Amino acid sequence: MKSTPHAFKYQAKQALKNIHLQSALARSKSHFIDKRRAAIDALPEFDALRQRARKIKEHTLAHLDFYLEEFEKQVQNSGGEVHWAETPDSACEQIISIAKAAKAQRVTKGKSMICEEIALNSALEKAGFDVVETDLGEYIIQLAKEPPSHIIAPAVHKTREQVADLFHQHHQKYGLNEKLSEIPDLVNEARHVLREKFLSADVGITGANFLIAKTGSTVIVTNEGNGDLTNTLPRIHIVVTSIEKVVPTLEDCTTLLRLLARSATGQEITSYTTFSTGPRRREDLDGPTEFHVVLVDNGRSSLLGSEFHDMLRCIRCGACLNHCPVYGAVGGHAYGWVYPGPMGSVLTPLMLGLKEAGELPNASTLCGRCEAVCPMQIPLPKLLRAHRVKEYQAKLSPFSGRFALKLWAFFAKKPRLYHRLTALMIRLLAKLGCRRYLPFAGGWTESRDLPVPQGKTFMAAWKE
Amino acid sequence: MTHSPRVGLFVTCLVDLFRPNVGFAAIKLLEKAGCQVEVPTAQTCCGQPAYNNGDWANSRAIAKQVIELFYDFDYIVAPSGSCIGMLKRHYPQLFEADKKWQVKAQAFAERCYELVSFLTDVCQIKIEAGFAQTVTYHDSCSGLRELGIAKQPRQLLSDVQGINLRDMNESDVCCGFGGTFCVKYPDISARLVSDKVANIEETNADVLLAGDMGCLLNIAGRLKRLNSSVKVYHIAEVLANMTNVPAIND
Repeated sequence: MKSTPHAFKYQAKQALKNIHLQSALARSKSHFIDKRRAAIDALPEFDALRQRARKIKEHTLAHLDFYLEEFEKQVQNSGGEVHWAETPDSACEQIISIAKAAKAQRVTKGKSMICEEIALNSALEKAGFDVVETDLGEYIIQLAKEPPSHIIAPAVHKTREQVADLFHQHHQKYGLNEKLSEIPDLVNEARHVLREKFLSADVGITGANFLIAKTGSTVIVTNEGNGDLTNTLPRIHIVVTSIEKVVPTLEDCTTLLRLLARSATGQEITSYTTFSTGPRRREDLDGPTEFHVVLVDNGRSSLLGSEFHDMLRCIRCGACLNHCPVYGAVGGHAYGWVYPGPMGSVLTPLMLGLKEAGELPNASTLCGRCEAVCPMQIPLPKLLRAHRVKEYQAKLSPFSGRFALKLWAFFAKKPRLYHRLTALMIRLLAKLGCRRYLPFAGGWTESRDLPVPQGKTFMAAWKE
Repeated sequence: MTHSPRVGLFVTCLVDLFRPNVGFAAIKLLEKAGCQVEVPTAQTCCGQPAYNNGDWANSRAIAKQVIELFYDFDYIVAPSGSCIGMLKRHYPQLFEADKKWQVKAQAFAERCYELVSFLTDVCQIKIEAGFAQTVTYHDSCSGLRELGIAKQPRQLLSDVQGINLRDMNESDVCCGFGGTFCVKYPDISARLVSDKVANIEETNADVLLAGDMGCLLNIAGRLKRLNSSVKVYHIAEVLANMTNVPAIND
């Protein structure tokens, strides 16, 4: 996927002017927030669960090597294979070689953000495979040739009318001649087309919400059942996942599951929670004959013990996106890469570098709503600030901003001078009266007046 | 509360520059609550702009200056959740690698209070003020989420004679100020403050109150640009019965 976080400002400006996007965002905004609130109000032990979940993750991360090796051993014991991939390229190569060895043609996919992170679809297509997304949202944006704009609701930026147009345009070859307008009709249309793809796929690729070390199982949560059809119908099941998803036991996994659905969609539990353990056994009626797990690192191991360590607790629920006022205003595409919103503004610079993605940690008011709703208690504002410190130290932030900051700090450290200067400045501003435009303050006066100071500074008045 | 504690007023730079009335209102309220109030004149700013923009060296230097200047007071109080959030929650983080200063910053932090929460949680003040207006209250992000201030302002406002408090939708959502954010990302900030103003106007309130000058200047500036009739005051001005001055957006 093309990465454009450096163009965040421009992209945000465009997003604010995009009426389709704005109407889609307005519709989904309170939906997620209200449902989460209701689910959490109904669970008095929510905060206690958060504490426990945090401990589980902290413990696992402190012994990550042990649990990953345990996981690998158990996958092998159940007849599967684990493939380690340090980089996105290595992950894609290994996946392609599994699919080639199986003489596969069609690949169906369940929703997976890590596949977006490693840009798997374009790699598979380049290698000649027919790739079909089977999550409804992912399917829609695949037709639209767009990346997801939300980590759990990939097509949240699309209106119903836009989806109807897309189906009308792309489904004529399947016999759709009329333009559908009702949601159930659109869903049925997608189901009808996808059914044939499920049945003819050779390889099914899913992500994983959790990996269970003790049993070698991979876990996905879905609401459409497409994940189950993806991982049981094709001959080959490949799970693409990342190293921080592992937890020690099934019970640990259920603790996290209780937090995940409530934080994400406000459900107590998703419609489907699917555990995959190895390929089909002799006595099984169905299931894949090969089971592969591709474990992607892509820089995660280097975060262990770093100032960004806490980010490895993230379970990708999307609550921080849903509650972020900036995300709510500009949507996910403005962030320019795979992960948007607060969690994305922490992760993207770690994966693409501050030079490319330095805008993202700055594009936050640090209002703290993300941290307040994070089920894993990740101090997101603190991590955004940590990026800003690195950016400042590396002199990557604009010179004018750094200069203004230095000048201001110079005076702030010299109280007498500061008060003399500000007293003068404020007297002048008060005399000028209410301003609709001020030089060097265009950012402020573009949409706001500058309120008139009362006349004297407090300090000047106090000394009298 | 110890008998007549010595309180150092941290005026905050925005009150100092734009709204001295809030500083005097704070003094009046604190004295009424039985405190001896002093205003060290060598204070400037809490250092938050440097802290949030990555310049921690300058932020530390300014933090040390504030800690030294106010250390001997029983309490340090400011009419701002944002600045107290800085003193109370972020100063200790600034000195994570400096044991001696961290201990000092932590001991200092424990005595720092935002004005309204200080008046309720520490002093149990009795409010004697009148304000016959319909008001709505915006929860500033730092006050709400860094300091847990939500009930206290509403409780004190309910003691003001003649006041009618009407909560707005999304009173806990950011107004789009965010310090330097509002000038670095003016388009997004404009959108957020417009949403805030829509929620304010939906209540049909005459007056908007909040406890932070950053939010207040931002919202006042937007209301003024839209020629709205909603007036903007700092909550301390109402509690101290000091609203006989033009509103922030006048």
